[in-house]
Amino acid sequence: MLKKAHSLLCVMIIIFALVLTGCSGTTNESTSSSGAGKKVTITFMHLWPAGSSKQQNMIVNEIIKEFEEQNPNVTVKQEVLENEQYKNKLKVLAASNELPDVGMTWAAGFLEPYVKGNLFAPLDDILNSGLKDKFVSGTTEAYAVNNKTYALPLELNITPIYYNKKIFSKYHLEPPKTYEDFKHIVQTLVKNGVAPIALGNKDRWTGSLWYMYLADRIGGADTLKNAINGSGTFEDPSLIKAAEEVQHLVKMKAFIKGFNGLSNDEAKSEFMNEKAAMYLMGTWELPNFTTNEEVPKEFRDKVGFFKFPVVDGGKGNVDSWVGGPGVGLFVSENSKVKEEAKKFVKFFIEKWGEQSVTKAGVIPATKVDTANIDLPQLYIDVLNELNKASNITLFADVQMNPEAAQTHLNLIQSLFGEEVTPKDFVKQHEEVLAKTQGK
Amino acid sequence: MNKMMSDKKVIALYILPPLLLIVAFIYVPIIMTGYYSLTQWDGIGQMKFIGLDNYKELIKDEMFWKSVYHSFLLAVFSVISLLGYLAVSLVLSGKVKGANLLRKIYLIPMLLSSVAIGQLWLRIYHPSNGMLNHFLSFLGIENPPNWLADPSIVLYAVFIPIIWQYAGFYILIYYAALKSIPPSIIEAAIIDGANPLQLAYKIKIPLISGVIKVTIVLAVVGSLKYFDLIYVMTDGGPNGASEVIASYMYHKAFRSFNFGYGSTIAFFLLLICVVVTWLIRKFTKSDEEVQYY
Repeated sequence: MLKKAHSLLCVMIIIFALVLTGCSGTTNESTSSSGAGKKVTITFMHLWPAGSSKQQNMIVNEIIKEFEEQNPNVTVKQEVLENEQYKNKLKVLAASNELPDVGMTWAAGFLEPYVKGNLFAPLDDILNSGLKDKFVSGTTEAYAVNNKTYALPLELNITPIYYNKKIFSKYHLEPPKTYEDFKHIVQTLVKNGVAPIALGNKDRWTGSLWYMYLADRIGGADTLKNAINGSGTFEDPSLIKAAEEVQHLVKMKAFIKGFNGLSNDEAKSEFMNEKAAMYLMGTWELPNFTTNEEVPKEFRDKVGFFKFPVVDGGKGNVDSWVGGPGVGLFVSENSKVKEEAKKFVKFFIEKWGEQSVTKAGVIPATKVDTANIDLPQLYIDVLNELNKASNITLFADVQMNPEAAQTHLNLIQSLFGEEVTPKDFVKQHEEVLAKTQGK
Repeated sequence: MNKMMSDKKVIALYILPPLLLIVAFIYVPIIMTGYYSLTQWDGIGQMKFIGLDNYKELIKDEMFWKSVYHSFLLAVFSVISLLGYLAVSLVLSGKVKGANLLRKIYLIPMLLSSVAIGQLWLRIYHPSNGMLNHFLSFLGIENPPNWLADPSIVLYAVFIPIIWQYAGFYILIYYAALKSIPPSIIEAAIIDGANPLQLAYKIKIPLISGVIKVTIVLAVVGSLKYFDLIYVMTDGGPNGASEVIASYMYHKAFRSFNFGYGSTIAFFLLLICVVVTWLIRKFTKSDEEVQYY
């Protein structure tokens, strides 16, 4: 009996040992391969899985292949994660100081803690080596902290209001020129039992877009920006007015039923199923309305877009957009292959600009010459609008630091749910901004 | 065997490996969380030791107390629902036609993962396409509620799937406990003229009181630290109307990048669970353990 028990125990100890060595084995492998000889491996983490972002994933693989052919001593090892998982993993890796050599980050508020923790390498050297002129002006600034650029943007997004042409023509409606026209459209649709606007405000930033536009059209391009960066105040009358307008729209039943409990995806499907007439969303949705074969062609042909209308007496300009650069590439400060990683980033940005337009229908942060490429009309229209843009206001939750952003998003939800008065709405913003900036 | 068990070396050999694992993967992280809760830390940069400041802030944090209230409310609902499960199990463990089939039906929700259940109920609750509101408008109710968007209803709307999810688990436990009561005791009671109600109330329930106690602890502690469905279905919203302690902790640590404060909430949650478990054990302590064999 004793013998038997002991041998059982031995087996167990061996299993434990195997498990433990198994854990450490993977880390050993990666360090040794990157340090040995001239062969280097760049680890690259991105968020375009083949399943959900097919086109982007394809382009990434092509670019990597091309890069490896030109630099035979370099291997690029990919790790692909879905959006939310990516954010969480990046944070965990940052805490244990094991960031990938190259990875993706968002701008401003998201990037700041990483820069403060000395985890991202400044990329001004490659930016100044000829890359700078390629970017649409104003895009790289969103990734700069203290005048150093810590990531290079891949995408640029603006947010038009998409609308269903068929529904509009059925009720003899035209894309609005002024906010009064817009309210008239809402009224007509409500009267006829059509839900005017698809909004999934469980995600909260979706509602923030509406507030930002109203703030921009009423108070002009700088009021909200200044209120957030502390040089102005959130208690500006135009920001209160914008909050009042949001609640006015809610009272008019402008948004789909139960919007505060619906996710953006659920709201989008209401628009795609033609149950709602309008949808305010970023240009990252463009492929769904132009090239995506999985969306029925009849529906894609029905989608048009218009700019957020001007408000009578407001200071805002119709060519001012809410938007901003999407993800950008960073190089890890502690990377063992920093030079190669930077080279890779530069190569990637250059190639991406050309291919993302034609193959993925994404608007890159680099300038595009549309003259010689065959693109869907809706897409060309958006690009043209972008060239005319007088101002692009970065998404509010991205402008703020994470703590203030959460409060902002919660307040947006209560504003839409009519649980907070416009006065309290701005007051609580002012409080949290004062608190987080004081730190 | 006895000889082996008295050998201290052998005992140590058996106990040490799991003990080390438990200490390394449970107790050490708990102590580290306790330490993080005393710091100001965004999870990435430098940690700054700030003593009890986080706890002082926690005490003043209205949103936190709101989430504590919601968690305790869920615990109360869970414990009340235990009564229902007990009743179901009492019926099932008797000689009911189709008891086997019914038992399987009750058990199925347990086989689904929380995320799947969340997706399922999101569809049921959908304000315009959802099954529930279709049904209500079929009954002639013109403006059925927006289940997950209305702050006054949302909490109860997510409680229902949470409680539904665990029905099978508790029914299974009660059923197994009731089945393990020796038939001779029940037969004796029947011969003595006990009707089914008396049988349940005077014989069966006292005999499984130990199991009932365990399920109460499980239900209360499980409710206090509940997270999954809240995260999937409402994410604590709208504006915190369905926030519970665990989701609030997640939001503070991972969304607001406030790891120190998140750890404070986590540590507080641990304390609450320990205290509540202790209280339940204290108040449900029976004078003597029931012995029936």
